[in-house]
Amino acid sequence: MTAEQTVLMDAAGVKRALTRIAHEILERNKGVADVVLIGIRSGGVFLAAGIAQQISVIEGGAVSVGAVDITLYRDDISGQLPHQAVGKTDIPFSLEGKKVILVDDVLFTGRTIRAAMDALMDHGRPQCIQLAVLIDRGHRELPIRADYVGRNVPTSLKENVRVVFDVNNQPIEVVLEK
Amino acid sequence: MAEFKHKHIIALRDLSKADIELLISTAESMREVNSRDIKKVPTLRGKTIINLFYEASTRTRTSFEIAGKRLSADTVNIAPSNSSATKGETLADTALNLLAMKPDIIVMRHAVSGSHYHLAKKVSCSIINAGDGAHEHPSQGLLDLLTMKERFGRLDGLKVAIVGDITHSRVARSNIQGLTKMGSSVFLAGPPTMMPPGVEKLGDVTVCANMKEAIQDADVVMMLRIQQERQGKTLMPNTREYSRYFGLNPENVKLAKPNAMLMHPGPINRGVEMSSQVVDGDQSWILKQVENGVAVRMSMLYHVCGGELE
Amino acid sequence: MNLLIKGGRVIDPSQNMDDMLDVLVEDGLVKQIGKNLQASADVKIIDAAGKYVVPGLIDMHVHLRDPGLEYKEDIVSGTRAAVAGGFTSVCCMPNTKPTIDNKAVASYIINKAKAEGFCNVFPVGSITYGLSGDRMSEMGELKESGCVAVSDDGRPVTNPELMRRSLQYAAGIGIMVISHAEELELVGEGVMNEGFTSTELGLKGIPCVAEDIATARDIMLAEYSGAPIHIAHVSTKGSVRIIREAKSRGVRVTCETAPHYFSLTDDAVRGYNTNAKMNPPLREAEDVAAIKQGLQDGTIDCIATDHAPHHLDEKDVEFNVAMNGIIGLETSLPLSLKLVDDGVLTLNQLVDKMSCNPSNIIALERGSLKVGAAADITVIDPSLEWIVEADKLASKSKNCPWLGQKMKGAAVATVVAGNLKFVR
Repeated sequence: MTAEQTVLMDAAGVKRALTRIAHEILERNKGVADVVLIGIRSGGVFLAAGIAQQISVIEGGAVSVGAVDITLYRDDISGQLPHQAVGKTDIPFSLEGKKVILVDDVLFTGRTIRAAMDALMDHGRPQCIQLAVLIDRGHRELPIRADYVGRNVPTSLKENVRVVFDVNNQPIEVVLEK
Repeated sequence: MAEFKHKHIIALRDLSKADIELLISTAESMREVNSRDIKKVPTLRGKTIINLFYEASTRTRTSFEIAGKRLSADTVNIAPSNSSATKGETLADTALNLLAMKPDIIVMRHAVSGSHYHLAKKVSCSIINAGDGAHEHPSQGLLDLLTMKERFGRLDGLKVAIVGDITHSRVARSNIQGLTKMGSSVFLAGPPTMMPPGVEKLGDVTVCANMKEAIQDADVVMMLRIQQERQGKTLMPNTREYSRYFGLNPENVKLAKPNAMLMHPGPINRGVEMSSQVVDGDQSWILKQVENGVAVRMSMLYHVCGGELE
Repeated sequence: MNLLIKGGRVIDPSQNMDDMLDVLVEDGLVKQIGKNLQASADVKIIDAAGKYVVPGLIDMHVHLRDPGLEYKEDIVSGTRAAVAGGFTSVCCMPNTKPTIDNKAVASYIINKAKAEGFCNVFPVGSITYGLSGDRMSEMGELKESGCVAVSDDGRPVTNPELMRRSLQYAAGIGIMVISHAEELELVGEGVMNEGFTSTELGLKGIPCVAEDIATARDIMLAEYSGAPIHIAHVSTKGSVRIIREAKSRGVRVTCETAPHYFSLTDDAVRGYNTNAKMNPPLREAEDVAAIKQGLQDGTIDCIATDHAPHHLDEKDVEFNVAMNGIIGLETSLPLSLKLVDDGVLTLNQLVDKMSCNPSNIIALERGSLKVGAAADITVIDPSLEWIVEADKLASKSKNCPWLGQKMKGAAVATVVAGNLKFVR
């Protein structure tokens, strides 16, 4: 089945959005002290790497990047048949007292973010958690909002927004599927 | 994306290579949970797991119990005092009574090979085999695979020697099924009295004339537990002589590849199947096996919960 | 009631008969065999066109479970199953409760069968009291009370001295000893044939040599004693070879096999199928081939079912716990006819093995359609196809490995002593 696709953002557009988010993160947190980036598998991990790269270009010095898999924290696990493979959570540093920037590709119902926050809490007690997303498509089902947004895209529930990555996990484009 | 469609895990013989890969991949992710300070995830919150152990077992039962608890399931242990179905309640009746308590998973160990298939016909919940007679011990087979993958990064092309009483070993059968499916070769050694007929037809399996031949250039040497009680009076003179010909020691271990990994499903009879030097030596992965057991069992519990009726 | 069985192919090896003939039955006896027989108005006519008409089938190895184990089977249900399967006579084994080791139990069976049964029932007494393997039963009285043979079937007589003396003693009385040939020490806790399948399933194996060694022992004892012996349920290539060799030397040995031993291998156990659990166990392909060869060359004299009914509660359990045995009366004929279809046996040989030979071995004076003989007759439709369905089996128990499977060939009329006992 081929869905009708509209390109919302090309590779350059994504890069500009990530650069802006990087600036906003630095501005809000007054630099990189205690800032860590945690991407949500799988798209968020690639974007977190992109933001981290921009931060190092702007600020010099590396910022720690981790990955979180939310499969074990989903609230719809009983209804999910069959169960998917569980991806690996990879946070090779302490979150204690850190300013965690949680990164995801598309913000939709907010349930993934809820699961990701629960997962992070099991790794320690961060000073704060901020949320960065490339696309906010609305339709929240939980009281969650993003601190950094690449672009707000009004959508209908029938539509799907997808960030497409190449084989090197670099973002190519963002598409809206009907 | 890979999906696990089995409602039960009774034997690695019943699983495909893709199923085994998925279980191991998830187990690798579960290992991360076990390395945290807070070793608990909410995945199976509200699920009930009954550990029904007709045979005594400390490590397997504990490992399943911890696995269930780390996934936030409620786990209950039941050890029927009387394992004989000829006295008192039959297995089916016990299971139906347990079913009235609405478990989601029954993890069972039973002395009779194949009893899990019988149980599966009677109950509506998932069943995981924690060892049945001399048939299979799939969680042990999977944790052995996980441990080998941790060491080698792959499960194909390995030469794995399994030494001991193959006839009575469910660990050997599960390893043969798993390793063969993943593309490794199994070399068996043991007294001919403990080598079951046709075992070489189970897969890429070679029956060796002696222990040296089996462990020569092996990547992995897996030793099986030998018990005077279980093997009886007719299969070998005694453990002393057994140990001379089929025990692993610092001398014969040199025949295997340098830094070959040494494994044992436990519990070990030190000085019988393995000398203390090799048990405690650098090449021993025995405690790692136990550690990986929890992750593998978490993976199994997680995946059967998502399985459909076959 | 008088009967005229018209237009069938009458096959009677006892008189070298194989022709399209009519059979007239009067007063329970075969009155006349010939072409175009005419019947008076009061004679019931059975149209046997396209059918085989043979001497009534005899199953010399059946467990009727009566007295004592009637929840599995009884004389009524067991003989109903027998006639449905085309059998006009069955020999019932002594492992009842109480054992058939005395006149009272033998008489009870004979009387109940006469009063309520559908076919002839010939009890087999036990070799040893209570099947204890300890001391001989009163074989003389058993014979006088109607037992046609003695056997401890279900168990071997482990003591070779007792077996030797039993063979000698029985020969003196003129009663056949049926040997359950099994070396228990080699069987141990085995639950299926020892081989690749037992290895894969992790079930404890029973080596074929456990049967071979016991077959050899009992034949040697019979030979030494100059007594005849009949070996029950032969299942291994080794046993076939041993019996063939003994026969060639003139030892007075006869034997039987069961349909499952030439129809199934231990592959049937896969899935831990308790309806494929029996003793001796299902063997491997080369044993099946040897059994067929033995049937063909005359080493194996009889096909007997070892009909062993068990309640569902005794079979729907873990494999090791399940009872040994399957029912066989209603599936024996089609499974045996397949041997004819497959070119293993001629029809003549088949009738020999299912009627004439068992009659001769234990002197039943049946297995023949000679004029004047008891009119035990089976009419067989060799091409009738049917499905084995639990609720259509006459036996009380349904422990059958062929449930749901298609069979070809069936008895369509079973006549016992001139009475039509079963019609399909």
